[in-house]
Order: sequence, then C-alpha cells, then structure tokens
Amino acid sequence: MEKLVKIESTCVPVNISNIDTDQIIPARFLKATSREGFGDNLFRDWRYNNDHSPKTDFPLNNPKYKGAILVAGKNFGCGSSREHAAWAIVGAGFKVVVSSFFADIFKNNALNNGLLPVQVSDDFLTKLFIKIENDVNTSVVVDLENQSIQTKDGSLKDSFEINSYKKTCLLNGYDDIDYLLNIKNEIQVFEQSFN
Amino acid sequence: MKTLFEKIWDAHVVKKIENGPEVLYIDRHFIHEVTSPQAFNGLRERKIPVFRPAQVVATADHNVPTINQHLPIQDELSRLQVNKLNDNCKEFGIDLYGLNHPKQGIVHIIGPELGYTLPGSTIVCGDSHTATHGAFGTIAFGIGTSEVEMVLATQCLLQYRPKKMRIIVNGLLEKGVTSKDIILYLISKLTAGGGTGYFIEYSGSAIQRLSMEERMTICNMSIEMGARGGIIAPDEKTFEYVKGREFAPKGADYDKLLAHWKTLFSDKGATFDKEYVFDASDISPMITYGTNPGMGMKINGLIPAGNGSSTDADKADLKKSLDYMGFSPNESLIGKKIDYVFIGSCTNGRIEDLRMAAKIIKGHKKAENVTVWIVPGSKLVEEQAIAEGLKDIFEAAGIPFRQPGCSACLAMNDDKIPAGKYCVSTSNRNFEGRQGPGSRTLLAGPLVAAAAAITGKIVDPTEFLN
Repeated sequence: MEKLVKIESTCVPVNISNIDTDQIIPARFLKATSREGFGDNLFRDWRYNNDHSPKTDFPLNNPKYKGAILVAGKNFGCGSSREHAAWAIVGAGFKVVVSSFFADIFKNNALNNGLLPVQVSDDFLTKLFIKIENDVNTSVVVDLENQSIQTKDGSLKDSFEINSYKKTCLLNGYDDIDYLLNIKNEIQVFEQSFN
Repeated sequence: MKTLFEKIWDAHVVKKIENGPEVLYIDRHFIHEVTSPQAFNGLRERKIPVFRPAQVVATADHNVPTINQHLPIQDELSRLQVNKLNDNCKEFGIDLYGLNHPKQGIVHIIGPELGYTLPGSTIVCGDSHTATHGAFGTIAFGIGTSEVEMVLATQCLLQYRPKKMRIIVNGLLEKGVTSKDIILYLISKLTAGGGTGYFIEYSGSAIQRLSMEERMTICNMSIEMGARGGIIAPDEKTFEYVKGREFAPKGADYDKLLAHWKTLFSDKGATFDKEYVFDASDISPMITYGTNPGMGMKINGLIPAGNGSSTDADKADLKKSLDYMGFSPNESLIGKKIDYVFIGSCTNGRIEDLRMAAKIIKGHKKAENVTVWIVPGSKLVEEQAIAEGLKDIFEAAGIPFRQPGCSACLAMNDDKIPAGKYCVSTSNRNFEGRQGPGSRTLLAGPLVAAAAAITGKIVDPTEFLN
C-alpha cells in the first residue's frame, strides 16, 4: 500500500447526505474481476445521463472543481459493503474523503486502500462547503501525523480521530494482511486451544 | 457480567494489539462471485494458499439469471464472474454451491438452511447482509474484499470492538404485521445511520415469539441502520432449527455444543452503551417513501414534511428523495398505482415469506398493470414451494415462479426495474437506482407486496387476511 502522510489539495464538493455505495458505484459495474477501472464509473448515475452524456451540473463534471480531496455530506458510504466504492474513489484520483460521519464498512475499506476518511464536525463541514463554493481554489491541508485538517489560509481548522494502529499503517504503507500473515503460528496455537 | 455479544467475541480473540485492534478468529467464511475475485488474485500474487478451505463456503447468487438457469449466462461479464468463482473454488479447494447445484441459493439463505450457521460462532462474508446469521446468536458481519483476502489467508481479521446497543421489543404484534414491518419500523425510528458503530442485540417478548426465519429478516436489515450486525440470543427454536441440518454437528458433538449454546445470552446486569424499548402494538404494516431505508412509515400514514427538529441538510435530503420518488410531503400512498412487485431476496426469500405471499394471492389474479417477480431464495426453498403447491397458486394468478438468486434486489442480472417505474419490493434497499437506473423502490413486507401484486396499487394488506 502507498504511504500517506500529508495531502495539500483543492477539493471536489458533493454536498449530499447519506451517499450510499450504490451511488458511489452502481451494482451493474461490479462485474469486473480486478481492482482497476472503477474510477470511470464513480457516481455513475449522478454524473451521466441515460444516453451517457455528462450531467454538467454534477461537481465531478465541472472543470472548476479538481483535486485529491472529496468533500461529502454526512453518513458517507452507507449501504453495501462493496469495496469497489473505495476502489472507484481511489481510481478517480482521490486520496482523502472528508465528511462529518462515515459508515463503518466503508471506513475500513477506504483505510485498506490507502484512502483516508477524515471525519470532521458538522460545523466544519458546513463552513468548508461554503468556502469552496465561494472560492473553488480553496486549498486544504490534511496532516495525518498531527491528525489535523485546515484550509491553507488557516481560516478553518479541525482535528480528526484515527486509531493509532491504522495511522501507523497508513504512514508506513503497511497492510493488515502482512500483520496477520506474520502471526500465523499464534493463530494455529489459538485454533488448537479453541477446538 | 457479559452481553451475548461479548461472550462470543471474547472467545474468538486470538490476541490484542497494544493500542490497536484485536485479532478476531473467524469460524465460517461465506463467499460469492462479486466480492471474491480480487481477493483470490491477491492470494495468487502473494503465492499463498487458502489457510482453512474447509471453513469457507461459496455460492453464486448476485449475478445469476432467475430464468433458464440451465442455459449459459447471456451477459458476458456476469458469465465470466461466475466462471471465475468456479475456477477459484477449484484451484483453492473450496466447496461451491454454483449455478445449477441442487442446493444453490442466496448466501444468507443457504448458510442457515444447510446447517453451516451455528450459534456462538463468528461468520463473515463480503456482503453487508451477513448480519442475517445473527438470528442464530452468531457474530456475523459484512466485510470488504481486502478483508475477504485476509480471512482466506489467515482465517482472522483485525477488528475494533463495536459499541453495544440493545433494542427491546415487547408485546404482541397486530394481525398482518410481519417481522419486516418490525425492522422497517425500527430503522424509521433510529434512522439510516442510527446504528453506526454499534452491534445490536434484539430482545424482548415480541422478538422471542418470532420464528427463526422471521428473526433472520430482522437481523438482515441491521446494516440499514448502519450497525455492524444484529444478534438474537439462541433459544429452543434456534436449537431445534439447527438440529439435523446437513452440516450441523450430530450426536454427541451436537449435545456438547448444545450445552455451550445454552450459555449464550446477555447476563442480567450486563450493560449496553445504548438501549431502546419499543412496544409491538405500535407497529403497523410499513412502507418506505424515500431513498434510504430509514424513510419508512405506516402504510396508512402520510409522508412527512420534514418539519420539527431536522437540520437543513436533513430537509435537503428529504426533498431530494421525494423529488426522485415523485412524491410530495403530506401525501398518502394508499391507492397509489405501482408497476412492479418483487418478492424475494435474503431479507424475504424464505419459505415462510412465500407462504405469506401465497395466502394473499390465492384465488386472485395478478393486476394487469403490474409485473410481478417471485424469486425463491434457494433451490431448497424453490423445491419446498413447489411441494406445498405455492408455485401453483402463483401461476394460477398469472405470476411466474422464478429461479433462485439475488435478482431485483440489486439488479446485477437482467431483473431490472425500468427508469421511473415504481416497485413494491420485499428487499432491503430503496437507494436511487438500486433496482435499475432510475428505478423507484418502495420497501415493504411480503403481505404488502402480495396485496400490491393483486390490486396493482398500495393497499393495507390486513383487509385480505379475513
């Protein structure tokens, strides 16, 4: 997994609450057997009309919005456990998702793909949406080491929680699976005592 | 003093990482064609085998057609994905209930049915409705594909202990109120994110009175409140259900486990982080009007106007939902014409659900304006429905009885609801486009769905039960 330490970027705002993983990547695009290529269909049905023409009013299609930080309404990633949602967001070039509330499974899936979910207060989120709306070039700095998020001009600041284990993994690019494979002997001992 | 959840969780902790998560041992791992291929690719890249193949069970369900299953799958990508599952199971030595297997079906239906789901165990699957198995007193939850790979490789996961919630439902249900109505009611009360971070134990006299299948419907939709899972303490009904199932332990093994299973309940005085108490008599047949499962109401009720204490974001959310659905605040849905009815899914695709539907449909014809799909959850459910004459009842009403699969619940196969059309569905999600791009889903129980099938509109099903 790629290391993630500090990100400084402009943002793409999707100011909608309860964005479920069916919106992030609809089920009909889950037929691939590799992890690649999902980014093209991120928010497919909000981004494109039935005739495949882009919906110009959707932020991802608006050239004025760009960057590696996706900012979304509360309860982001609810619904289906599909990791394809995280793959689609990463595939579209994002490294951070900012919201005031994340669904559990999505949060795990994101972290397992080096995508950082940054949970901020409702107040910070509301102000960030307004700031981006007023100035699309608003630059935001996400600092994982210090668990802080702020606009580059310093006008908006918040801190975020992340458990220390996951933080270490992201800072160093470690996967959970590496850890588990290293303790296989302990797992076998557990199995014997368990049965 | 421990909760039911803590008793099971604690028994499965291999070790705790300091200031970090716990290593949780997984007893049973279910896999299906959609969320497993990338995990198998990972094993190949690492050149490692499946650690405990005997603890993994596979089925093809999400992508399979529900007619002409004997023919090759028409959709090329679906066919490739189902074939990939066949190849992976063969290569890694995993038992597979693939398409055309006589016991194939939706993963959360065949698990309990075949006796793979046992009280006191930990169960995961790359599918959020894994919570279904919690009805047996198991810790069962959905995981992503990276986690599927971890479990295939080590039979373990790194997990943080969720918070504990208890929902107590006491009292008697009114006639015509199903367990689907209970869970839709609870989600409408707690909201689509109200259970996030929690594992929910359901208890109380109304829950205890439910059959195993009804309990599965409740636990199944725990994720629709955002909860990791739901769990119900096992009792005589649970033990009786498990006993004699194909892969359940037999004889002395069963007796030994039974003694353990009988210790699985929340101790008196065990504490929860959050507790809710509801009265079963307050629950009516339910229906959803919006685009998340928390947007549900009594079928005779009015769509809320979003007044009260809701925030601007909540109001915007409600407006967006109602615009999508083509509904207005304060509107009643009774008498509203609908276009499709779907009866099936891991929520309501079991034999008792089909019996409920048949009870209403019997002696009637399907309404002309409606397309009705009745999809059994498994081959065994299909077989039983035929044996009990339910298929004949459906066909006499002009409704074809289809073959098992996830079908129109997520519309990965051809069972798609067209854009703008209304579908009364016994499935679990009413998200935008869930049943096909532009589709409009109204979630309900099998009685409401069956009544919609014969009348072509939304009606209170209780009038058909006398």
